[in-house]
Amino acid sequence: MSDLKRTALHGLHLELGAKMVPFAGWEMPVQYPAGVLKEHLHTRAAAGLFDVSHMGQVILRGTGAAEALERLVPVDVAGLAEGRQRYAMFTNDDGGIIDDLMIANKGDHLLLVVNAARVDVDLAHLRAGLPGVDVEPITGRALIALQGPKAEEALVALNPAAREMRFMDVAEMDLAGATCWVSRSGYTGEDGYEISVPNTMGPRLARALLDNAEVQPVGLGARDSLRLEAGLCLYGADIDETTSPVEAGLAWAIQKVRRAGGAREGGFPGAKRILNELDNGAARKRVGLLPEGRAPMRAHTPLFATEDGAESAGEITSGAFGPSIGRPMSMGYVPVDLSGEGTTVWGEVRGKRMPATIAPLPFHKQSYKR
Amino acid sequence: MKYTEEHEWLDDADGIVTVGITAHAAEQLGDIVFVELPEVGTEVSKDDEIVVIESVKAASDILAPLDGEIVEVNDAIVEEPGKVNEDPEGDAWFFKIKASDPGQMADYMDEAAYKAFIG
Repeated sequence: MSDLKRTALHGLHLELGAKMVPFAGWEMPVQYPAGVLKEHLHTRAAAGLFDVSHMGQVILRGTGAAEALERLVPVDVAGLAEGRQRYAMFTNDDGGIIDDLMIANKGDHLLLVVNAARVDVDLAHLRAGLPGVDVEPITGRALIALQGPKAEEALVALNPAAREMRFMDVAEMDLAGATCWVSRSGYTGEDGYEISVPNTMGPRLARALLDNAEVQPVGLGARDSLRLEAGLCLYGADIDETTSPVEAGLAWAIQKVRRAGGAREGGFPGAKRILNELDNGAARKRVGLLPEGRAPMRAHTPLFATEDGAESAGEITSGAFGPSIGRPMSMGYVPVDLSGEGTTVWGEVRGKRMPATIAPLPFHKQSYKR
Repeated sequence: MKYTEEHEWLDDADGIVTVGITAHAAEQLGDIVFVELPEVGTEVSKDDEIVVIESVKAASDILAPLDGEIVEVNDAIVEEPGKVNEDPEGDAWFFKIKASDPGQMADYMDEAAYKAFIG
């Protein structure tokens, strides 16, 4: 794994007995000795600490940077208040998704957090699309996620200001001697924080959090089952350049001001298709699916409308066992006429068609502190 | 006790061979969440894919190590797949096979050879 990048917490992972795997060009912990199931359940019961330093942090500076960024995303950036963060996606001319990201308004600049595997694509896209805006990739900072019902208590022990934050607030605060950029958000469906910390201070902050008996390290394995239970999309699996935000069920992220009739209607790549789908619906839709029985229905499982017919009903895009719901769960795209809750479709697993029921997302209730 | 390169253990008691996966295999697979076993009475040939295991990471197959007839399966691990991680070389055996050619057992490693094999 010598050509892989290592995060500032690499030594800590090895010390904690992590199993390291290559992920998007990085050497990352997939699990610790506790294992994926226990790490998942611990996050839901107490607090999990995740190294997500592989994700891209990018600062945008310049007059009118927020207005300019609206040329690349279908969301309301100009109206995003200082100290707040919002989910967004870069769209392409076909209305597909180049990446999904978080945008934070930090007063004199915007902070973006993008997917590790898309950093290079995103940076080129930002530079080409935003002349006059300074696009600065941040490589000197680690990113630590602290997630779960005990996350607040654990962070408040380091700085009481953490208590005052609401879901999707962003703030700068001192933690374990480091100036950190903190957001109250995450990728597990739990309350929690994502903390950007200078690389040199990352291990110290992580150790300070892990000193709390409620906080256990959690790897990428459980991160995936947690986000899937929470109904959250994984870029490259559930969304990509061929899926539109409306098909993906992400219309909630497109504020009225950018929709047809809004003050800043359209003006982003793929607007024609996306605005049309917002009004008239898309032909297919991302849904939750609960396979019958215990066998997980994993990504790329083909779906059929009937047990023995040839009519396609789309494909599974993510699938795993859900530790908190105690059963397998999947997400996938199905034609709109088969997307109603309770509809049965059939996934072909090892040559056998197995029934799966369309189910509401999330599978596990989100518990954000709004 | 004999071991296969597929990380199965075989415990022969007068031609009825109990088969499971080794602790090393269970460790490598991670938390097991699904097990599908063959039906009792199935005639199998060596290297047939007769068991499916799904862990939190991926699906894998277990091959029949011998020719013979499946005479008993361990339904407890179908009900609670996590038992395979807890006691892979004990209570969480997979199936018992009545070997039609007991000589095939000679193909497999003893414990020392298996330990060397997994390094």
